[in-house]
Amino acid sequence: MGIELQNITKKFTGYTALDNISLNVASGELVALLGPSGCGKTTLLRIIAGLELPDSGKIILENKDTTNLPPRKKNVGFVFQHYALFRRLTVFENVAFGLKVLPFRERPSRSAIQDRVEHLLKLVQMDWAIKRYPSQLSGGQRQRVALARALAVNPKVLLLDEPFSALDAKVRQELRRWLRKLHDEIHVTSIFVTHDQEEALELADRIVVINKGRIEQQGTPQEVYDHPVNAFVYNFLGNVNVFHGRIKNGKVSLGAYHLDAPDELKNTEEKPSQTFVRPHEIGISRIRSNETDLAGTIREVRIMGGQIGLNLSCEGFEHAIDAEIPRELYLNLQLAKGEKVFVSLNRVRVFTGDYEI
Amino acid sequence: MEFFQRKRRNILPGFGLSMGYTVFYLSAIVIVPLSMIFFNTIPMGWEPFLHAVTAPRVLASYRLSFSTALFAAVFDAIVGLLTAWVLVRYRFPGKQFLDALVDLPFALPTAVAGICFATLYSPVGWLGQTLIKYNIEIINSPTGIVVALIFIGFPFVVRTIQPVLEEVEHEIEEAAQCLGATRWQTFRKILLPHLFPALLTGSTLAFARGIGEYGSVIFIAGNLPMKTEIAPLMIMSKLDQFDYAGASAVALVLLLISFSMLLLLNAVQEWQQKEYR
Repeated sequence: MGIELQNITKKFTGYTALDNISLNVASGELVALLGPSGCGKTTLLRIIAGLELPDSGKIILENKDTTNLPPRKKNVGFVFQHYALFRRLTVFENVAFGLKVLPFRERPSRSAIQDRVEHLLKLVQMDWAIKRYPSQLSGGQRQRVALARALAVNPKVLLLDEPFSALDAKVRQELRRWLRKLHDEIHVTSIFVTHDQEEALELADRIVVINKGRIEQQGTPQEVYDHPVNAFVYNFLGNVNVFHGRIKNGKVSLGAYHLDAPDELKNTEEKPSQTFVRPHEIGISRIRSNETDLAGTIREVRIMGGQIGLNLSCEGFEHAIDAEIPRELYLNLQLAKGEKVFVSLNRVRVFTGDYEI
Repeated sequence: MEFFQRKRRNILPGFGLSMGYTVFYLSAIVIVPLSMIFFNTIPMGWEPFLHAVTAPRVLASYRLSFSTALFAAVFDAIVGLLTAWVLVRYRFPGKQFLDALVDLPFALPTAVAGICFATLYSPVGWLGQTLIKYNIEIINSPTGIVVALIFIGFPFVVRTIQPVLEEVEHEIEEAAQCLGATRWQTFRKILLPHLFPALLTGSTLAFARGIGEYGSVIFIAGNLPMKTEIAPLMIMSKLDQFDYAGASAVALVLLLISFSMLLLLNAVQEWQQKEYR
């Protein structure tokens, strides 16, 4: 097992950052810790690195208890959100730092260090900048160098704390794909923290959704996205429409509109419910194909690139509905603001409880 | 080639105007008064000038002034760095009080400091009577001068390092630790290079101040010829004997040496800063 976290708890004055978290990460796995800001995911990462100490619990890295080791003895690579490069040192010296501070006996020879740094910089495609200073590089380039620096010490695990969040959208996407490719090549056990569900879905082998210091759900991106266990996970993993209503006698009522309750909620007593639909799972058409379809009017059109966002209000339905349809469909149906359409709610998820957004 | 190029639009308008002001004020405040030393010396002629500035007592005073100022500056650099570190990195009760104490040498008339030291270290003073048992003499010795100059120069170092230290991101140190660096390695390889320019500026200021310091030193130094006479004192004693030209001559040499040392240190700093920008 690459990383084993056992019952980690961490309290700061006034709140509990981590509440009894247990998590296993297999060797060579790439895991995303996903959650809103302040949910404790960064604290968890820092605890694994030894930069914070847990109040209780154990951290086992490659079958060795490292709970109380200082960061420098943990052999963990850490990549910071804001790069944290040494700006008085060149790119070469930054990457070589971890090797040069080794005790004399373990330190590789000068030429071995040179080779290793060159190899790593090639790996992150930054070999051309070996003599530059960090201030001469762009954000994306700095983060690559930071990654090479973290990898230089052959870490048992690589920890990345929101590594791409300081970069602009385009570079972020590029680096994301590149990191996935890099991980497929070098297979170092990695955990990265993010609040960006797209990043987690695209990059990770496994996603761990964290909220308020607890793990809500973990699984492959597919599992977590298709079968969210609760309203929080569903909501956090993408855009949603939420309709508050009541569940009663096997039916969910949303004002005058009723739909069948899912099987597991068929026999519950009457209680409040939230009905979730993802915008892209809402069907829009010009003709009524099903009697449950709603008749609606387009209130607003948003051009979002390949997707078109529609804001709809429907007869006999008190909530406004956000839908996303492909651009092609939008053009084919010749939609515009004020047009009448029929709306079908596909793949509805119903949760009960007091969840609030 | 154009010397005064304007690189980009500035929020404050008028390079010509502001440069003019700068030159004018520097002239009025620094250059013109100091040039008087120069003009006072000229009528002397070369022979008497050389004679005045190479007298053994004068040479000894230069040596003493520069060496004690240097010692004090180096000491201040170390202790000042430590103090700045404590003030920036830790939170403790009485921090404000301690922070205010640092500035006291700036505000205090230096003669007051000199009298305090003289009382404290005199053979019957609190510290003096203990030290004398171990044959350590502070009063009437170069050591005493260094002690006084350390006091005078101390705030310069603390106040130049403090803001730079405050800016150092904590993540930098964490990154170094994660890469396996010990605390000492983190300090020596990462923090110290970062602080070095500020440290150099601070100790240069302390050094420059130390060369010119008069008030606090004369009370503690004893002013023994060839042993504990500092250069500013030589100037004063020449003035007392109405030897204005001689005083100017000594002052001129002091001025030239100080200025070239400051220039050199500035150049070192410039060179230090250049690469990372």
